[in-house]
Amino acid sequence: MLADYGYIGLLLIVAIFFAVTTLLIPFSLSLPARLAIYSRKFRHYIQTRWPLLARFIPPLPSPPKFMQIVPYNPSPVKNSTFECGMETIGKSWVQFNFRYYFYALVFIALDVLVVFLYPWAVELRGLGFSGLFAVLIFIGIIIVGYIYAWKKKVLEWK
Amino acid sequence: MGLDVAFWILAVVGVTAALAVVLLGDVFRAALSLVLCFLAVAGIYLTLNADFLAVVQILVYVGAISVLIILAIMLTREVQRGSPSNRLRIPALFVAALFLVVVIYALLNTNWQISSVPPLEPTTPAIAGLLFGEGGFILPVEIAPILLLAAIIGAIVLVREK
Repeated sequence: MLADYGYIGLLLIVAIFFAVTTLLIPFSLSLPARLAIYSRKFRHYIQTRWPLLARFIPPLPSPPKFMQIVPYNPSPVKNSTFECGMETIGKSWVQFNFRYYFYALVFIALDVLVVFLYPWAVELRGLGFSGLFAVLIFIGIIIVGYIYAWKKKVLEWK
Repeated sequence: MGLDVAFWILAVVGVTAALAVVLLGDVFRAALSLVLCFLAVAGIYLTLNADFLAVVQILVYVGAISVLIILAIMLTREVQRGSPSNRLRIPALFVAALFLVVVIYALLNTNWQISSVPPLEPTTPAIAGLLFGEGGFILPVEIAPILLLAAIIGAIVLVREK
C-alpha cells in the first residue's frame, strides 16, 4: 500500500525520521548528563531537608564521564531568550487579533469542501459531465457563503 | 514486512505524541504534538488500505482542527502558565481509570467480525463513484454544502462585532 503511493509513504517515513533525529536523539544523548545533574540536585534537596535521612541513602552512581557526550549545564543566561543581542522586555506571548477567528471559520468550511472535491478529482474522467455539474452546483452553494462573508467585510484587514 | 515496520513506527510515534499531549505543561506544545498524533493516525489509515480516510484525516484534522485549536490558544490570555492541575485531580484519575477498565473490558469481550473479502485496493475512485456517479448519493452530497453554508453564515452572524 505504501509503495502504491509512490514517494508519499517515503516522505512520511523521512518526516518521522526527522522528528526522531532532531528531538529524540539529542535528548537521549544528553540523558546521562541530565541524570548526573538531577541526582546531585536530589541529594542536595535531601541533605537540606532531612540531614539525618541523607546518611542512610547511598550516593547514586553518577554515569561515567565518557557517556556524558552531550553536556547539560543549564543556567539562567543560557535559558534566556536570545534576540539579536537585545535584552528581551515583557512577555513573548502576543495575543492574536480576534478577527483571525473569521478566517479560521471560513477556512474550515472550505476545507470540508475540499474533502468532497478530492474524490471527484481522482475519478474525473470516469464521472464525466454529470459529475462536473454536480460539483459546480456544490461550489455554487458554497460561493454564496463566501460572497456573504465578503460583503460583511469579514475578509477585510483592519 | 514493510507494512509491519511502518505500522510499528507509526504506532510508537502516535502513542508517544498522545502521551506528550497529556503530559506537556505547555499548551501550545501539546497542540503541536496533537498534530503529530493525527499525522501518525493518518499513516496508520494508509497502511490499512484506507487511503480516502487518510486524506480526510490530514485535511480535516491536521489542517482544520489543529488550526482551530492553535488559534484558540493564541487568542487566550495567560496561557503561559500552562495547564495546572486543580483539586479535581484525584477524582479525574479515578474516573479515567474506570473508563479505561470499561473500554478494555468491552474490547476484550466484543466478538470482532473479520471480513473474508479482500479490501478494495484504491478506495477513493469507488467512493467518488458512489458520491457523484449515476444512482449514487448525489442528493445528500448536494445537501452537504447547504450545511456548510449555514455554518459559514452562522459563524459570521454569531461572532461579528456589532
